[in-house]
Amino acid sequence: MGLLNRLDDPYEGGGIVLGKVEELLNWGRSKSDWYLHFGLACCAIEFMAMNASHFDFMRFGTIPRTSPRQADFIMVTGTVTFKMAERIKILYEQMAEPKYVISVGSCSNSGGPYWEHGYHVLKGVDRIIPVDVYIPGCPPRPEAFEEGMMQLQKKINQQAIFNKRKRIELEDSTKDESNKES
Amino acid sequence: MGEIKRMDLEYSQLDSDRMRINVGPQHPSTHGVLRLEVEVDGEIVTEVVPHLGYLHRSFEKHCEKLNYQQIIPFIDRMDYISAMNNEWPYVMALEKMLDIKVPEKVEYIRVIVAELNRIANHQIAVATFGMDAGAFTPFLYYFRDREAIISILERLSGARLLYNYFRVGGMAADIYPGFKDDCLNVVKQVRKTNAEIMKLLIHNSIFIKRSANVGILTPEVAINYACSGPVLRGSGVAHDLRRDEPYSVYDRFDFEIPVGKGDVGVVGDCWNRNIVRVHEMEQSCRIIEQALAQMPETGDVKAMIPKRIKLPKGEVYMRTENPKGDLGFYIVSNGTDKPERMKARGTSFVNLSVIPEISKGYMFADLILILGSIDIVLGEVDR
Amino acid sequence: MTAAEIFEKLGSEFGSAILSLTEEPATDSFITVDPAQLFDICHTLRDEESLLFDYMMSLSALDLGENLGVVYHLYSMTHRHKIVIKVSVSKENPVVPSVERIWRTADWHEREAYDLLGVKFDGHHNLIRILLPYDWEGYPLRKDYVTPDTYHDMKVPY
Repeated sequence: MGLLNRLDDPYEGGGIVLGKVEELLNWGRSKSDWYLHFGLACCAIEFMAMNASHFDFMRFGTIPRTSPRQADFIMVTGTVTFKMAERIKILYEQMAEPKYVISVGSCSNSGGPYWEHGYHVLKGVDRIIPVDVYIPGCPPRPEAFEEGMMQLQKKINQQAIFNKRKRIELEDSTKDESNKES
Repeated sequence: MGEIKRMDLEYSQLDSDRMRINVGPQHPSTHGVLRLEVEVDGEIVTEVVPHLGYLHRSFEKHCEKLNYQQIIPFIDRMDYISAMNNEWPYVMALEKMLDIKVPEKVEYIRVIVAELNRIANHQIAVATFGMDAGAFTPFLYYFRDREAIISILERLSGARLLYNYFRVGGMAADIYPGFKDDCLNVVKQVRKTNAEIMKLLIHNSIFIKRSANVGILTPEVAINYACSGPVLRGSGVAHDLRRDEPYSVYDRFDFEIPVGKGDVGVVGDCWNRNIVRVHEMEQSCRIIEQALAQMPETGDVKAMIPKRIKLPKGEVYMRTENPKGDLGFYIVSNGTDKPERMKARGTSFVNLSVIPEISKGYMFADLILILGSIDIVLGEVDR
Repeated sequence: MTAAEIFEKLGSEFGSAILSLTEEPATDSFITVDPAQLFDICHTLRDEESLLFDYMMSLSALDLGENLGVVYHLYSMTHRHKIVIKVSVSKENPVVPSVERIWRTADWHEREAYDLLGVKFDGHHNLIRILLPYDWEGYPLRKDYVTPDTYHDMKVPY
């Protein structure tokens, strides 16, 4: 990976990168993700520590936004209750495409410690919005946040931007063929 | 270019209209998922209606379904910034019911970890209060120092935030070698940073202009609303359970109770509530130093932990001084290994209830500061 | 003042409305009172010179099976003494006088007790749900509460 690493390639004395526009766009997108910080509970405190001087989350090119319209991904940090669930859905729907969701901590992954008797806890934020990356932990360590962020960047880097439908059809047809063969 | 005509407004003829503004539940200044419905007249706040429950995690229902040891992790998740302090009244209540005398060393470990956690809590409180007023640097300074405290507590308990370290009759683990040195280093660093913060934030003229004379809470109103902790002490009432109802070994330490004196502004305003926290960090440092010196070298911290907890029939109400104020647990036992009913008197829940009273008549921007000066944690408000 | 002295003092003023005193040497002693006269009793507890219970530590409601109970933990900042007051009402008609006008802190405590256990506080200025959504059905901390299957088309059980 890494477009910049390829600058050393000996094309015409260096300084030239041969690649797809898609790669360039994905590179740009994955390295400057602005997020809507959705601090709900304990995980948000760990996320504050993550944002502060010791761990420095901004090295990923992330900037906290308070408006969903300016955000690329949403970080759901904490327990989602039924009273809150509808608001999360509204905020998610306000975000512009492409949008991603990171679910942080056991509570928003699956209900966490409240899975059994929590009458007012939504058992996983993926019941209302699609989740791209799950970060486990109660609360996750800052290192886990870093890993989660890297997983999201990996996902963005692999994304198709142009001719999506055509590609999907192509992939499906190759899959069908391979299925037939097997 | 034509002539610029100045428009003269007759202010007396302008109508003023009241407007309702919704703050939260997803808002960085509400310190969590609090929703405030604010009625403003121009920019003057005329009414505040807090809406809670966005983090209601059914804590009290869990207590009725789980046995006594299993409840401790859920107590951590109430006031997640000061989890060590939260566990204390609960295990003390059970020890009182079971008539367990905990070993001397355990008492000292409890005092030290609770005071360390108190410092960490106040660091977040002052840092976020500074952020509400527009000061970002204290946040970075305090979080740098907080990491040192967190790593001590992590080495003790294995977790960075939610420790699950207290046990009924003892602790989950003994202290590690080098614990004393680590604590003394933290104390030194806390003092150094606080001296810096005093110059950088507390006596900064912009900060004083924003936070002094704002959100004045009189002692009578504070007591009637049952406020506690720095909110009550900021109003000049020297009420601290560590001195008034000494529990554990707090009667062996020499420490003061800082109260708002009105050096800047008037007693009971945001500035005075905030300065109490900074002074309390210093007092916590003193307690830690004395506790480290007095702590017995030997002793089994797990000696008195019962294998199975079965409470006798009865009830108990136990409260201790949390960093935010009095935290109380009311436990009703029916003689089995699960409580019949357990009620937590959330400190932030009670302290927050005063906000409609003290924010009327101030600017809308001041409301955020008033909220920040109360230092709430929504996990404890909604439970 | 000890619990026995407070019991005597209240008994001389309210007579039969003060039902009983339960002394617990290890934990807190409590006084059971008649809910009909609760407001006046609390008023006396706060304003009487020798009592001065100006600080309400906690208000808890609990399910006693047949009845619902409300427990008041009071503290005096002046005299530094404590007392626990208890009332119990039937589940069919769980009405307790509100003490919100005596201790303002009771406002949210009473709303919480109404929200989770369904105790109705007579005289409360705004008795609505505080923690759960306004359209939530039932009182979760009652022992016979059954968790609903769905809420607004979201599945509640795991």
